[in-house]
Amino acid sequence: MGRVVLVTGAARTLSGRLLRRLRKEPDVEKVLAVDVERPRHHLGGAEFVRADIRHPAIGKLLVERHVDTVIHMDVNATPLGSRGGRAAVKETNVIGTMQLLGACQKAPAMRRLVVKSSTSVYGSAPRDPAVFVESTVAKALPTGGFAKDTVEVEGYVRGFARRRPDVSVTVLRFAAVLGPSGGTPLAGYFRLPALPTVLGYDPRLQFTHEDDAVEVLALAAGEPRRGAYNAGTFNIAGDGVLLLSQCARRLGRPTVPMLLPAVRWAGGALRSVGMTDFSPEQIRLLTHGRVVDTTQMRTVLGFSPVFDTAQTFADFAAAHGPGILPPHTLAHAVDRLQEAVRHG
Amino acid sequence: MADAKVIPFDDDRRAAGGSGPSRAGRAGGRHHRPRRSGGGPAQARTAASEAASPAGPGPESAAGAPAEPVMLPGARSGTAGGEAGARGDEADQPLLDRLLGEGWDERTARGLAFLRRRVTGEYEVDDFGYDAELTDHVLMSLIRPVYEKYFRVEVRGLENVPDDGGALIVANHSGTLPWDGLMLQVAVHDHHPAGRHLRLLAADLVFVLPVVNELARKAGHTLACSEDAQRLLERGEVVGVMPEGFKGIGKPFSERYKLQRFGRGGFVSTALRARVPIVPCSIVGAEEIYPMLGNSRTLARLLGIPYFPLTPTFPWLGPLGAVPLPTKWTIRFGEPIETDGYPPEAADDPMLMFNLTDQVRETIQHSLYELLVRRRSVFF
Repeated sequence: MGRVVLVTGAARTLSGRLLRRLRKEPDVEKVLAVDVERPRHHLGGAEFVRADIRHPAIGKLLVERHVDTVIHMDVNATPLGSRGGRAAVKETNVIGTMQLLGACQKAPAMRRLVVKSSTSVYGSAPRDPAVFVESTVAKALPTGGFAKDTVEVEGYVRGFARRRPDVSVTVLRFAAVLGPSGGTPLAGYFRLPALPTVLGYDPRLQFTHEDDAVEVLALAAGEPRRGAYNAGTFNIAGDGVLLLSQCARRLGRPTVPMLLPAVRWAGGALRSVGMTDFSPEQIRLLTHGRVVDTTQMRTVLGFSPVFDTAQTFADFAAAHGPGILPPHTLAHAVDRLQEAVRHG
Repeated sequence: MADAKVIPFDDDRRAAGGSGPSRAGRAGGRHHRPRRSGGGPAQARTAASEAASPAGPGPESAAGAPAEPVMLPGARSGTAGGEAGARGDEADQPLLDRLLGEGWDERTARGLAFLRRRVTGEYEVDDFGYDAELTDHVLMSLIRPVYEKYFRVEVRGLENVPDDGGALIVANHSGTLPWDGLMLQVAVHDHHPAGRHLRLLAADLVFVLPVVNELARKAGHTLACSEDAQRLLERGEVVGVMPEGFKGIGKPFSERYKLQRFGRGGFVSTALRARVPIVPCSIVGAEEIYPMLGNSRTLARLLGIPYFPLTPTFPWLGPLGAVPLPTKWTIRFGEPIETDGYPPEAADDPMLMFNLTDQVRETIQHSLYELLVRRRSVFF
């Protein structure tokens, strides 16, 4: 008998891609897609079950359908469509995870749990080391927002791992996921016509390509490869680092450096008109940046991303078109200047 | 650097022509670093000055010319009213060649190539945010005049810094503002035969301040914590640390050249774990740049900084008081202290750590006294 995989947060774009990817796994017999609203995307043969992970009914589902693998994707920074504001997201993130883990604990067939987390657990502060490894404890723990949610979610997951030592638990901490479909908060920021930045700071950023994100989730949900071990906590990010100024130039969008209080105010204004999620923690990320070490991902999990940070960003930039200062136009202008100098 | 050597014309032209292709070849590499030999620093500086004002490469190259130690006659002739360059046998040259010196188009091309990479974002930074290109072409060129002209730094014992592999340079810290760290960086960058880059460990205050943190990261500095230090050392970088920290840099003038406590000796265990040599380094001259007579604790507390210096000029003369005194500096690198003879668990042995820390501290203190005895005057 093949495996029965349950994916939460199925209405999200990334989950949709994961559902379609899981169908290619030879040993997966059935995929259950769980969310409170019907996904708009194609489910790739997965069965959609309308359920709320904040509700104890999820436990019945796990037991009745003999689910052995749960991929918890419903830990998100932003609401999806009509789901309401930040309070509702926090409830899904934290209460949803609690309920889901409670249900998993009572499910006898459970063998494997994969949780999509984020590198936000490390926070962003000037007093932290430049590169975070999985064991780094942030000097300033996140005090609110999505970052605090992820810290709490990971706390519950550790508790679950202690109570069910027979279940293999994998926590994947993703750096900002970007890609052509780009539904993440940072993608929303990079789509702004001009990028508000914090004056006097040029943060280091890292990205994960959505293709790599789907691949590593599928890898973690399956049997570990030979010589690899897929239980534990792993940072997932493309190699290399881009500075925010580099991103803006490669994207061809001008930056608008502002003083920190002005950025906070502008962020609030943008958020209230719904243009992008410009939460305080995202402002912190865009102030101090965050870089993680991915040695564990390579050596223990045995995963090598196809896209590095620069390639991921190039892919995103190609899909979303250049801004008002396209890099090739600028480069061309410099070339013309050079020609002019040479001949004149 | 701009010592106007009078060189016969023909030699110049040969030198300029001969260095042409090789310079162009080096300019092709993205992260080449300027060498001391040949036209290296000159080239870097020119690239920087050209990139600084992209609007008109013609006039501003001429403006950049006086600062360069170029051997090309035309560069000088451009500023010196064309005294030599305009002579008869040069008349067949294009006008711009005469005005800006030979090879001006190459220099401009390099500058524009640099500008092109900058405006399109096609350059690379490492995990710590170190922007090698910007550091080589711009930041170092900005500090170099201070190093060469103002403090007239004399470097000794650079052969003690290994040509490859990691090393931890441990130096004394003084001078109210961390000019000594920057000078140390220029010394290694410009004078080391293997062209090593020094990665300095800086206080957390540096990374809190806007603008400063951005420049520090781009110049390759990172936070002084064992994680970052070990990561850099394991990658085979030369790391510079000033273990006295604020105690050293903010000490009163009366205690000059008296080394303060070397932290908890964390740098020794980091070097031991990474199995890299420790190179003691003594810097003479930095103590006198801002003679700190007093410390206003109240103001320091109000501003959230570790000390607020009161010198004979600061803050009485305002920003003018922040101009350092032009002392003459000496930086000496001592014999490396090897650490690969110790077993890995030695890093957790507190007695050994104290002993090694003391040994490094004593070496630097001894070297400081030696240099002080030999010093002719503070300013010359």
